[in-house]
Amino acid sequence: MTSATDKSFEDLRISDLHSFYGESHILHGIDLNVKRGELVTLLGRNGSGRSTTLKSIMNMVGKRTGSIMINGEETINTLPHHIARLGVGFCPEERGIFASLNVEENLLLPPTVRSDGMSLDEIYDMFPNLLERRKSVGTRLSGGEQQMLAMARILRTGARILLLDEITEGLAPVIVQKLAEVLEKLKSKGLTILLVEQNFRFAAPIADRHYLMEHGQIVEEIRKDELESKQEILNTYLGV
Amino acid sequence: MTMIFGVPAAAFYGQLLLGLINGAFYALLSLGLAVIFGLLKIINFSHGAQYMLGAFAAYLLLSVLGINYWAALFLAPLIVGLLGVLIERYLLRRIAHIDHIYGLLLTFGLALVIQGTFTNWFGVSGSRYPVPELLQGGINLGFMFLPIYRAWIVVVALVVCFGVWFMIEKTKLGGYLRAGTENSALMQAFGVNVPLLVTLTYGFGVGLAALGGVLAAPVYSVSPDMGSNLLIVVFAVVVIGGMGSIVGAILTGLLMGIVEGLTKVYYPEASNVVIFLVMIIVLLVRPAGLFGKGA
Ligand SMILES: Nc1ncnc2c1ncn2[C@@H]1O[C@H](COP(=O)(O)OP(=O)(O)O)[C@@H](O)[C@H]1O
Ligand SMILES: [Mg+2]
Repeated sequence: MTSATDKSFEDLRISDLHSFYGESHILHGIDLNVKRGELVTLLGRNGSGRSTTLKSIMNMVGKRTGSIMINGEETINTLPHHIARLGVGFCPEERGIFASLNVEENLLLPPTVRSDGMSLDEIYDMFPNLLERRKSVGTRLSGGEQQMLAMARILRTGARILLLDEITEGLAPVIVQKLAEVLEKLKSKGLTILLVEQNFRFAAPIADRHYLMEHGQIVEEIRKDELESKQEILNTYLGV
Repeated sequence: MTMIFGVPAAAFYGQLLLGLINGAFYALLSLGLAVIFGLLKIINFSHGAQYMLGAFAAYLLLSVLGINYWAALFLAPLIVGLLGVLIERYLLRRIAHIDHIYGLLLTFGLALVIQGTFTNWFGVSGSRYPVPELLQGGINLGFMFLPIYRAWIVVVALVVCFGVWFMIEKTKLGGYLRAGTENSALMQAFGVNVPLLVTLTYGFGVGLAALGGVLAAPVYSVSPDMGSNLLIVVFAVVVIGGMGSIVGAILTGLLMGIVEGLTKVYYPEASNVVIFLVMIIVLLVRPAGLFGKGA
């Protein structure tokens, strides 16, 4: 048995993952792990396969082979709608706010997956804008507010493993700053986070480790304390 | 004699009522089509056949098992809805991942098979279904005679339409349906059993068609082709209202029934084509339909 505070327990362990959209072979043998309470990023250029990695974990791709252990459970044959119930929350790159639902309906939509999710009060405390606009149509919100909503939505479900895809994309610096604070808070609560990012300056201070992706493969793993020594590799793959 | 725009009042109101009754059927059927299309993205071409099955289910329940109209009102939609569940689960689901045009073809083929089978069994002449005792007769309203059963059709259809609208727009389950209509993959990622939702939605839409069939049994003759004739008009109604809008389906259905009825009063020769004329005009002016998005 593992306790919730066991920091060496691997909440997510992916081995030799291959993923396909129809005939196109996108991921070529991914190996990665995220330990309990860790914040790990997937860095890489556009099209390197980071979103596909998250979608593969959610079983939202055409076909996948290999092994994906979530919370110690093999999920390579698990149905898509059973994955969230293992305590996984997914925040898609396009945010996925529903236009036919208002803000509060969007917030309350995903079924709870664990009993200890954040309450509506805690959510509104963390994202005051959402309280003000809770009766607005979801897609009428600003980009930043929509991103807050997409995050808040999965925090309410009690998900303990968060898969976040480019949450800072196209947002103003103040909002990016706010998101960094939110992530710090979630980390201090012990949540496990796999974060896809373009914005390295956003990711570097808050992440424990980074995986660099290129052409559907992981080409490098960089710990926080190696950032300086591996700066050149980073520059090569990110084209900074 | 009272006249309305140069027509005897009784004739005017009589046609208005007939129009409202037709409109009630259009609304029920196009509502079912809209619900199904929303989540499955399939234009359910067997909708007319399923409406016919509802009428036949009521007819057979009565003539074979002696089960009366009131029980049939619930049982027939349930039975035909369950058939819909099987159709989705074992046929439509298999082709859900390929182009939706195949779903249309499949349901079209199914409609032909069902209608052909029933023609083979029962012939084309049609059978009568008695108006239930409680709803026989009529009321003289002074300006017109109102057959109770016809009023009943309109009331039931309106109540059901409102109930479905309320369920879809105001409840949690309806929220799942609306969200699933927009992005079913994400709903699945949130842990919602979308395949089950799809199956139940199809069964529900089919059940609505069957309910229309039960309501129709005492006023139209129960015959294998009763649905195919109606469905063509209902498709025109759906095009006019715009695909995918729940409110649009209901209101357009009622409105087109009334338009048709009034045309019978003022220019009977056009009453069979007036809905199609409206459809052409709407397509030219507002291609996404009166209530459609993106127009
Ligand atoms: N639905 C899809 N169908 C086919 N190919 C896709 C699909 N989504 C992404 N791809 C391809 O997969 C590759 C990886 O894309 P993606 O995972 O979105 O990259 P990233 O998130 O790192 O920008 C790209 O070449 C992209 O064109
Ligand atoms: Mg991406």
